Amino acid sequence: MNLGNLFNNYGEAVAMILFGIGFSNLLLQKNLIKKIIGLNIMDTAMYLFLALKGFIGGRKAPIVTDGVQSVEAYINPIPSGLVLTGIVVSVSVTALMLSLTIRLYRRYHTLDLDEISTRLRKEGL
Amino acid sequence: MAFVQNFPFMSIILSLFSGPLCSILSGRKAKWVNAAVIVIIGGMSAAVLGFVLGTGQEYVYTMGHFPAPWGNEIRVGVLEAVMAVFFCVIMLLCMLGGIREREEEIEDTKQNLYYIMVNLLLSSLLALIYTNDLFTAYVFVEINTISACGLIMIRQNGRTLVAATRYMIMSLLGSGLLLLGICFLYDLTGHLLMSNIREQVALIHANGSYHIPLLVAVGLMSVGIAIKSALYPFHSWLPDAYGYSTLSSASILSSLVSKGYIFLLVKIFYRVIGFDIVRDSKVINVLFVFGIVGMIMGSVSAIKESNIRRMISYSSIAQIGYIYMGFGLGTTAGIVASIYHIVSHAATKALLFVAASGITEVSGDSTDFFDLTGAGYRNKLSGIAFTVGSLSMVGIPVFSGFISKLLFAQAGVGVENTAKMLPTLIALAISTVLNAVYFMKTVIRLYTPEKKAVLEKKEFKQVKMTEEPAKSFALICFIVLNLFLGLSSEPIIRLIENGLNMFA
Repeated sequence: MNLGNLFNNYGEAVAMILFGIGFSNLLLQKNLIKKIIGLNIMDTAMYLFLALKGFIGGRKAPIVTDGVQSVEAYINPIPSGLVLTGIVVSVSVTALMLSLTIRLYRRYHTLDLDEISTRLRKEGL
Repeated sequence: MAFVQNFPFMSIILSLFSGPLCSILSGRKAKWVNAAVIVIIGGMSAAVLGFVLGTGQEYVYTMGHFPAPWGNEIRVGVLEAVMAVFFCVIMLLCMLGGIREREEEIEDTKQNLYYIMVNLLLSSLLALIYTNDLFTAYVFVEINTISACGLIMIRQNGRTLVAATRYMIMSLLGSGLLLLGICFLYDLTGHLLMSNIREQVALIHANGSYHIPLLVAVGLMSVGIAIKSALYPFHSWLPDAYGYSTLSSASILSSLVSKGYIFLLVKIFYRVIGFDIVRDSKVINVLFVFGIVGMIMGSVSAIKESNIRRMISYSSIAQIGYIYMGFGLGTTAGIVASIYHIVSHAATKALLFVAASGITEVSGDSTDFFDLTGAGYRNKLSGIAFTVGSLSMVGIPVFSGFISKLLFAQAGVGVENTAKMLPTLIALAISTVLNAVYFMKTVIRLYTPEKKAVLEKKEFKQVKMTEEPAKSFALICFIVLNLFLGLSSEPIIRLIENGLNMFA
């Protein structure tokens, strides 16, 4: 274990810290909107991590424009593809969470999940 | 290539596309489309099972004919085919059992939306069963989550909305961890196909390099799936989600959705990492501990609960604990017991939910424990079905639950590590007693005659078998299935062992 590795891979370290921030926000925040923000931070940290894993210093995105077809000229495109798929998943999940939040807000006029739960316990259905 | 070999892919695509088709149909037509799709897919899966049993070996179906490290693959062995057939049967019976409740509890304009969700759920379950690609598995895990959330919230009241929100939050935490684990593994091995990852992981393990990252990846994926399938400390969303959603949703969620994730975990253990490496990594010990705690705590919560549907839901938490305890034993016998328990619990829990709705229906739609007095006389078939389900859950011989408990006990005795043997057996004994306390209490309550005066005052009605043919048919099928699993378990256990051998 040495700290040098951590500094050499500072991008991955940042991604993991962001993942932690997003994860704990999604888990611990009471406010539903803040939870959703946490979810998005978590997913974005994932994309940062994936993009870093596919990136090779000094190379370009694998789009052939000037006739260079050598593999050596381009980065690994698969992680970028995974990021795209991940974005699609994250957008649909966020939309679903936001629509649930709207439903809950119309019904209870609050965004605090704990308060909604307490009122639910008092009011029944 | 035989034509049958295309069926796994066709069944995924068929259910995936019949979902959007339902959005333009009326509720009635969508119902028939949904039923037809489930029956056709069940038939196709049975054909695939016959084919795989005939050839005696697994086969790989390359999507778009791109060869291994680049293309996406479907892999079919005995275990996958058995699971697909079984999931179709259970799903069809759950849909049959809940027809009346669906029509009453869901708004007319939203009837067809329900079938979209069910079709998407079926396709994602099939994809989780068949896929040979980790990232595809992740995408279908998310589709599974979204459609399950739709199934919970389609009956609109405060409880289901909050339950759906909590379910989404926990599920998203789980899938975040799962995705992180998959990314770590991709980073380490450079592959996404399960078989390729396995080769690379074996190399890495043999070299002794990247020990910690591999451990972290296994841990993240296990914990992620454990959260999604409601292992004990992560179960807070479960009682409300199962207890207040419409009947078909509750039975499908408890018997199929969580089981799909668990099956994915089995695949990850056997086909991605390799079971020896998983066993060495000590991650399963964590699953073992939480499984045992879940077995006890789930039953204790069920005993304290007076709402019958929530009681059955809490019992699910205990049963999920059994399954993870089987994983935690770290032997093939333990995994066989867990997979048998997946099958037996799916058949029993769906039976209990459908029977419970029949019982509450004749008790003025009250789910309260004391209102159920004598309900076994008012709705005879549901009473019998509930008794069968309860006996199976407690583990009385003849019923399916007994076989899974026997397998768990045998696996527990056979485990080399004595530190695990004793806790397994003690936990099994305690949990059986606790199960007996709350299930037998309910069965006795069902067959305690209610006073005539109370009956007349509350205007409880009698229901005959013929009044709801679909539900009666589903209940009878569930009872037969349960007895079949309990009486002729040998061939099924052999199928599971056969399938696991193909996995490794």
